Amino acid sequence: MRNAPNMSTASGRTRRLAALVRKETYQIIRDPSSILIAFVLPLILLFLFGYGVSLDATRTRIGVVVETMTPLTQDLASSFAASRYFEVRQGRDRREFEEALVVGDVRGIVVIPDSFAADFAAQNHPQVQVIVDGTDPNTANFVQGYAQGVVTTWLRQRASETPKETAGITVEQRFWFNPELTSRYFLVPGSIAIVMTLIGTLLTALVVAREWERGTMEAMMATPVTAFELLAGKILPYFILAMTSMTLCVIVAVFIFGVPFRGSILALYAISAAFLLPALGQGLLISAATKNQFLASQLALLSAFLPAFLLSGFLFEIGSMPIVIQWISAVVPARYLIPSLQTVFLAGDVWPLFLTNISVLLLAGAIFLGLAARSTAKRLG
Amino acid sequence: MWERIIALVIKELLAILRDPRGRMVIIVPPILQLVVFSYAATLEVKNADIVILNRDSGKWGHELIQRIDGAPTFRNLIRTSDERVLHDLIERQEVIAALQIGPTFSRDIEARRSGDVQIILDGRRSNAAQIVSSYLSQIVATLADDLATPGQRAASVTIAPRYWFNPNLTFVWFTVPSLVAIIALLIGLVVTALSVARERELGTFDQLMVSPLRTHEILIGKLTPPMMIGLVHITLYVLAAIFLFGIPLRGSLILLYGSAIFYLASVVGIGLFISSLSMTQQQAILGAFVFIVPAVLLSGFATPIENMPDWLQPVTFVNPLRYFLIVVKGVFLKDIPVSEVVHNTIPLALIALCTLSAAAWLFRSRLE
Repeated sequence: MRNAPNMSTASGRTRRLAALVRKETYQIIRDPSSILIAFVLPLILLFLFGYGVSLDATRTRIGVVVETMTPLTQDLASSFAASRYFEVRQGRDRREFEEALVVGDVRGIVVIPDSFAADFAAQNHPQVQVIVDGTDPNTANFVQGYAQGVVTTWLRQRASETPKETAGITVEQRFWFNPELTSRYFLVPGSIAIVMTLIGTLLTALVVAREWERGTMEAMMATPVTAFELLAGKILPYFILAMTSMTLCVIVAVFIFGVPFRGSILALYAISAAFLLPALGQGLLISAATKNQFLASQLALLSAFLPAFLLSGFLFEIGSMPIVIQWISAVVPARYLIPSLQTVFLAGDVWPLFLTNISVLLLAGAIFLGLAARSTAKRLG
Repeated sequence: MWERIIALVIKELLAILRDPRGRMVIIVPPILQLVVFSYAATLEVKNADIVILNRDSGKWGHELIQRIDGAPTFRNLIRTSDERVLHDLIERQEVIAALQIGPTFSRDIEARRSGDVQIILDGRRSNAAQIVSSYLSQIVATLADDLATPGQRAASVTIAPRYWFNPNLTFVWFTVPSLVAIIALLIGLVVTALSVARERELGTFDQLMVSPLRTHEILIGKLTPPMMIGLVHITLYVLAAIFLFGIPLRGSLILLYGSAIFYLASVVGIGLFISSLSMTQQQAILGAFVFIVPAVLLSGFATPIENMPDWLQPVTFVNPLRYFLIVVKGVFLKDIPVSEVVHNTIPLALIALCTLSAAAWLFRSRLE
């Protein structure tokens, strides 16, 4: 040890790397905030998606207005009341509910008009009016769709009481991979991607920016450690932390929340590992470019966290976005992770899909890490 | 007292805005976010690709495909005669749905029997799949209706929808006002969370504590700059919403700003509370995230609060975003009455009061 160590030997390199990894690991374990982001936040997210937040509208409050009471209109109104999608308040005049709609106490008003019974008997295009609160278009669509469903079922029940020969087209519908359309089955894989983005990009960007801020990064560069070792020493511990957090999420998702897992563990780890390269690369690049925790956090928020939520296909369909935004989404790593995770959970191993996404992620990883290495090494020269 | 507070406010503003990159980060990204995410956050389905396997050789199968082809929702109709190709395309997510037309479809229809159509949808994207399914069913139902003779036509009832406040269900009318509240939360919380933590990390917080400044003066000094930044943001967003996105402003801006002040105070209060708990900037930022992510999920933005389980709904009572979303959307689109604004602003004032007192108490307890 005392005699000048040969810096280029493989053992010297391994030793230095191991020391760096150990230092970084202590830093992670000793700081409660990394535990918070890697283990507590994921559990909160899974818990919320598992029990609470779902996109399936159930028990939506509506008002049903029957302008003229007849057995027929009363029957239709009670069909609404019986629907499991609605919580119905009944009235005789739409004005009773107009204020409730403005303040959001009801999401819609179903009006069975005066003329309904007469029009129905005469087959003269009977109409049911559905007034919905357009400020939340998604709920508005649900209310309208479910109202349609209630009326259709009601018609069918009446038709079976008075049988009649009907022709037409039978539609058989099947939802593959998720027949009950349980939204947490696709929200949980998506939230795993969010967690990995937070660890890979935000946490890494913060930690390394802090070292730049305090000058310890420059101090490291004065040592025999090479830029490559320095970066590898940062990447490895956070890579392992993110993989551990992901594993915890998958265990909780499968064993506690009953999300099916139909693919293989190999595929799961291959995709996640491939995703972490660009995520970590982005984090390192942000920190090297800003060298300031405040700026790094803002940039990570803007370029990683929000895109992972909004431009990744997690909640919103990429195909429906304007074309310019679709181009932007092409450089969001989470966009390639989320379909693969959803597939490995719900559909099984679809290697053609995985391999395409993995190659894109590896390419993006090479670019980000290359840029990060360059902007780190520049400080040396 | 006021001179001291003003001096502290100026110092705080300088700490954020002195660095040109800091100024950039405060101003440019939030505007970009508003524009990009407003257009991205749509739950509509457009440009969907579907695959069609037509086993029918008659004219009605062809007619059905023509009608689907003409619908604006769908971009590419991939035709195949191989069931395995169909399965592959769905598995690889290259299409969202597959339509199979049975071999006797046209014959059945001409014989006045019921023709068979099967629709397979990708349940991994169940939200979009449901929307596509309703579009397809509608096209099929229209065809069936056109085919039926008057005697066969079943009794039908038309649903006449009317969308109040947003007659064409334009999605950006929903996303832009919501994002005003969400982005103000993000920026406000991160800026505030960092302020005390940064001083603590640099060691200047102790100096601040031994200065002649009283605790409440420090609190006001720390509270004012993020609120000013937040108000500037909200103003920029409101201008963008009106002039860039053409969203109608039906209510009163005075109500919006009146409520916004309490909203920002509650956001900053939470930020200061997180900040005073943290020892480092890293802890403060990550702590802020652990608050932000559930706060957005439990705000009623993406999913209505009444759809959450009963035991979870009370948790949303302490979420400032929940109340301010109602106010922003209400003032923009609905012209909600003053009483409703007040009703949603009181909880914001309470949240601000509690978090700020807690932060002040934590400041003081550091002194002893």
